[in-house]
Amino acid sequence: MDEVFFRESFSRIAATLIRLTGDWTLAEDCAMDAIEAALRRWPRDGRPDNPGGWLMTAARNRAIDQMRRAAMADRKLRDLALLRDDEPAPEGDDRLRLIFTCCHPALAVESRVALTLRTVAGLPTPEVARLFLVSEAAMARRLSRAKGRIAQAGIPYRVPSGATLTERLPSVLAVLYLLFTRGYDGEPALEAEAIRLARLLAALMPAEPEVSALLALCLLQHSRRAARQDPAGDLITLEHQDRSRWDHAAIAEAVGLLAGRPVTGPYAIQAHIAAGHATAPDFAATDWPALAGWYDQLARVHPSPVVEVNRAVAHGYAFGPAAGLAVLAGVRDALAGYAPALAAEADLTERAGDTATAAELFRRAAAAAGSEAERRALLKRVG
Amino acid sequence: MKYMMFVCTDTEPETDLAAPDIEKWVAENDASGRRVLGNQLVSPEAATTVRVRGGELLLTDGPFAETKEVIVGFDILECADLDEAIEVARAHPMAWHGRVELRPYHGG
Repeated sequence: MDEVFFRESFSRIAATLIRLTGDWTLAEDCAMDAIEAALRRWPRDGRPDNPGGWLMTAARNRAIDQMRRAAMADRKLRDLALLRDDEPAPEGDDRLRLIFTCCHPALAVESRVALTLRTVAGLPTPEVARLFLVSEAAMARRLSRAKGRIAQAGIPYRVPSGATLTERLPSVLAVLYLLFTRGYDGEPALEAEAIRLARLLAALMPAEPEVSALLALCLLQHSRRAARQDPAGDLITLEHQDRSRWDHAAIAEAVGLLAGRPVTGPYAIQAHIAAGHATAPDFAATDWPALAGWYDQLARVHPSPVVEVNRAVAHGYAFGPAAGLAVLAGVRDALAGYAPALAAEADLTERAGDTATAAELFRRAAAAAGSEAERRALLKRVG
Repeated sequence: MKYMMFVCTDTEPETDLAAPDIEKWVAENDASGRRVLGNQLVSPEAATTVRVRGGELLLTDGPFAETKEVIVGFDILECADLDEAIEVARAHPMAWHGRVELRPYHGG
């Protein structure tokens, strides 16, 4: 049976039952029970005409049953009519609520990521535990603490509005981008999951330019997956990647997402930079002055020494090595011993014609490199 | 939900001229019913710490631990949820000069 369909169903049902009952554990248990019932019955009785509706009804009946038992045990009556859901929320509203609640800034970042994977993405707890490299029991405890905190601290199950939405959206986007970068750094399942969630969020919030920009940024980085390592597993720099191996459908989708939309934040700027690289026919034909302009803008809205290094590289290609070295001079102290900064300085120095100093800088960059592959690549440049 | 709001100060607070006005904060939140009760506290030198160990009463003069940030007041809030309590707390001048901690009542 279709795994993605069941995961989607899990999060949709859990989202609705949380709204109706306010009880996260009950909601997740009932969603899981309904899926298990489907896996038992559908192969025997045939798939129903409306599988999503079947699952939702089964889960809701299960929740009513559970609450009735609890009411008996508590010897007090509860309003079970609450579960009738007379005014169902428009499609997607409950899941949007779920995303914003899981990513509430009053939760620790680690909890936000884990809870999003479990509840919004519908990943089973053992799978989430594996991705975080912790035991299943430890992950189950962390998830249950996070859900307890939502209830005890009074974190609302709601999409904020107005100024609060503007404040909270970056937290949601940061969780998705964190998932993506963890995937990019070696866990392909997370990369795919992050793209799937970014797609869901972009479909739920079509009017937010930063949301579609995040999706575009993820797609553009993901499009180079097949080309960024050689058969030995060493990283291939952008300059030497085989561009025919990039995922051109993903690039076209990302470029379409960016077209005609205002640039309102760091994800849009980064997506435009990634699109600049992705649409250049080759490295030399890259529109470096345009990229330098985007980096100037990124440095204004999201200043960091690492951004300055990339800005220096872009300025170096656009306006000559001296321009790049001038940008780099501003962050040399802040980044002493940071391999990419040394490598950029070495490259710019070499292109400025001072090969002896460049060789020494490449050696220092290699000594500071984070991985063996990076070290080897830098030593090759010593010449 | 009821929240206990601990209002804490750095003993050498910086002055932020953009910080909201405390009297306005009290008036507004009393009027909306979100501030149930609250008051300022005398400085920690006037505190008495009470402990019982092995049945014996131990009294300590002053605060238990030396700390730069001390509780200088409290407010009890009645809010729909944490987001509303955060909105009330962010409008308090001590969120700008010091620190404000929100603790829900046990059992809401």
